[in-house]
Amino acid sequence: MTIAFIILAVITVAGTAAAMGMRNAVHCVLALTVGFAGVAAIYLQLDAQFVGLTQIMVYVGAVAILAVFAIMMTHSPSPTKPPTYSSYWLMGSIVAAAVFAVLAWAVVSSGAHTQSLPSEPTVSVQQIGDALMHRFVLPLEIMGLLLTAALIGAVVIAMDHNEEIK
Amino acid sequence: MIGSGILKGLAETARNFFGSYVSKDRLTTIQYPEERVAQIEATRDFPFLVYDGPDWHDGMRCVACQICEKECPPKCIFIEKSKDKKPDAVGKPQAYPAVFNIDISVCMSCQICVEVCPFDAIKMDVKYDLSTDDRFGGLLLDKKQLSKSNQYYNAIHPTEAAAVDAHFAEERAKAEAKAKAEAKARAAAPVTPTPILAQPVGGEAK
Amino acid sequence: MTLPLDQIFVLSKHWLLSFVPPIAQPLASAILSVVPVLIAFPLLFAITTLLERKGLGRIQNRYGPNRTGPWGLLQPIADGVKSLTKEDIVPLTADHAVHFLAPIFLVAAAFLGYAVLPIGRNMVISNLNAGVLYFFAVGSMVELSVFMAGWSSRSKYSLLGAMRAIAQMISYEVPLVLASVVVIMQAGSLSTVSIVEKQAGYTGIWPHWFVFTPWGIVGFALFMIAATAESNRSPFDLPEGESEIIAGYYIEYSGFKFALFFLGEYLGMFATSGMAITLFLGGWSAPFSFLTWIPSYVWFFAKLLALIFGFIWIRGTLPRLRMDQLMNLAWEFVLPTALLNMLVAGVWHFMPGGPIRWLVCIAIVAIPCTFLTRRLKRKKKFEVRTYSFAE
Ligand code: SF4
Ligand code: SF4
Repeated sequence: MTIAFIILAVITVAGTAAAMGMRNAVHCVLALTVGFAGVAAIYLQLDAQFVGLTQIMVYVGAVAILAVFAIMMTHSPSPTKPPTYSSYWLMGSIVAAAVFAVLAWAVVSSGAHTQSLPSEPTVSVQQIGDALMHRFVLPLEIMGLLLTAALIGAVVIAMDHNEEIK
Repeated sequence: MIGSGILKGLAETARNFFGSYVSKDRLTTIQYPEERVAQIEATRDFPFLVYDGPDWHDGMRCVACQICEKECPPKCIFIEKSKDKKPDAVGKPQAYPAVFNIDISVCMSCQICVEVCPFDAIKMDVKYDLSTDDRFGGLLLDKKQLSKSNQYYNAIHPTEAAAVDAHFAEERAKAEAKAKAEAKARAAAPVTPTPILAQPVGGEAK
Repeated sequence: MTLPLDQIFVLSKHWLLSFVPPIAQPLASAILSVVPVLIAFPLLFAITTLLERKGLGRIQNRYGPNRTGPWGLLQPIADGVKSLTKEDIVPLTADHAVHFLAPIFLVAAAFLGYAVLPIGRNMVISNLNAGVLYFFAVGSMVELSVFMAGWSSRSKYSLLGAMRAIAQMISYEVPLVLASVVVIMQAGSLSTVSIVEKQAGYTGIWPHWFVFTPWGIVGFALFMIAATAESNRSPFDLPEGESEIIAGYYIEYSGFKFALFFLGEYLGMFATSGMAITLFLGGWSAPFSFLTWIPSYVWFFAKLLALIFGFIWIRGTLPRLRMDQLMNLAWEFVLPTALLNMLVAGVWHFMPGGPIRWLVCIAIVAIPCTFLTRRLKRKKKFEVRTYSFAE
């Protein structure tokens, strides 16, 4: 554990914790973005450039904006202040603990933490491209099909809406 | 073809760009502090008070009737009437403004004060670069700063001033003739009610 | 090849580094690489504001600034002093923290892009393996700061401006990336340095720039259209729309923070222009083989200034687009053309060289393009307006 990792981990955890605790929904999203950026920085620090940069592009650039827009489209104009700790907090914490337990079990049982990894995995973007185009071409195509279907669905919904207005 | 309109536009702006370096006529800018646009005669910027003769206070035409103060749309004129009297432009004893302020930061140059003044005492000036670094005091002009001579008025608005002067000459001639007639009448019959009646009429026109 | 004048900055950096103890060398090296960029580009910003005001003035038959110093050359300094000494007004109901952070984030995000721009031979802050990807990833962070500015000001104009800006940036980011994909396909690398090196050769006196190929010229045109929209410049300046929403997302900013927004916007423009130069115009390489003795960074900045001049010229010529025209252009013309262009790049790669390859490639883009533009034009039917209240 290097100092850089500790700093980035603190930033990430603080960001995501703030995203849960803050009262203003937009502040939550902004704090969450800090968390995303922290994760991306950890990827970059691990020399996983492609994943790290994609994380920034997709999560900071697109998902955060999407979330913010969703909040603004649905939120009442005057920010109502819901209680931060709702009555579901017990349920929530049970689910969180369960997820954490599963993940921790997976990590511990995989034995990844004991074996020493090569210090610098040299994976170039070209190798990722090769893998996507050869070994993982079917999953990639299926994903593309799924996204196209989603896109068409979105367009259809938007078109129906337009006709209603007319 | 798409983009032909854009190309035409680009050619036009390029012509302007290079043309402005080649021919000076293209540049319409007047380089203000050094060059100025010649003003037309009816130019109006801010009001000033006209005085006759050499002394600005004695010759002030304003009689503090306060019509302009009431009519000014943004209410930027402030007048306080004097207790004593002094002869006005025609020679009649009249009140004069003890205080006469115009806040030219508020004035909108509408010329209404000039139009309503029955004594031709307030006129529009042609000075426009009045900027100052004191935005409250510097733009609140008092009666001394506002007073300009009739010669100055004649210089900036000759036609208008000539008409006003002619009117005043007529008035003065009338007043003189009246005074002479009165003097004659007084000589003929010492007790006549007319002059006594004439005085209060003038005095009531406040 | 490595002329001393060309490498003067690199050599002086190494010379300075030799005074630093070995432990501190990575840090010192980073500082010595970053600081010149942090100085050079804001300086270019200052020069550009003057050039822009002068150029726009001349385009409109005016003088432009000519009071401060000879020919108005000191105008940027006067502007800087003015914006520094101006009162900093924050709206009472604004979200103070976010309002304060937005301009800082914007400028920081704008600066990050410069890390992968090769300004000259051996002059790049960081030669990332995925440099182009990094550039676009960082560029997408600008949107968030724009949103922060628009939202935190609690003003309807700011919010409208931010919404417009984000909609526009997202719409044009897709063609921007797709237009540069052709170069990545051809160069086979995401690293900006190797992309420039791929364009470095000469045939006779002519350079091997990617812009001199059918897919290159189309890609360059599309990239510049998208870059203009990304940097919110006229004719795509709806987010600012002075006549409608006054200044868009930064209307509630004044003084130095306003200047920061201005700086961020121009830095974004320089960065995308620099990327266009890197991808299509051969980066820092000279336009003719007999001109290689001129230092590489001079060529980079000369090309940058040429593109900036183009931006100013366009700004002085075209009126602002409407929102629907903006979106139609993005989704119905720029995006399909960019996709076609990728096909062209593939065809170019696999066909044998010669004039036939040129003809085929041009035909693939040109024929569908004429139909696309016809579609765009057909929509321009003017209808008699009806008003509900003004009869
Ligand atoms: S010009 Fe109009 S605004 Fe100015 S003092 Fe006269 S009446 Fe008032
Ligand atoms: S209307 Fe004329 S005479 Fe009356 S107060 Fe105004 S300037 Fe003086």
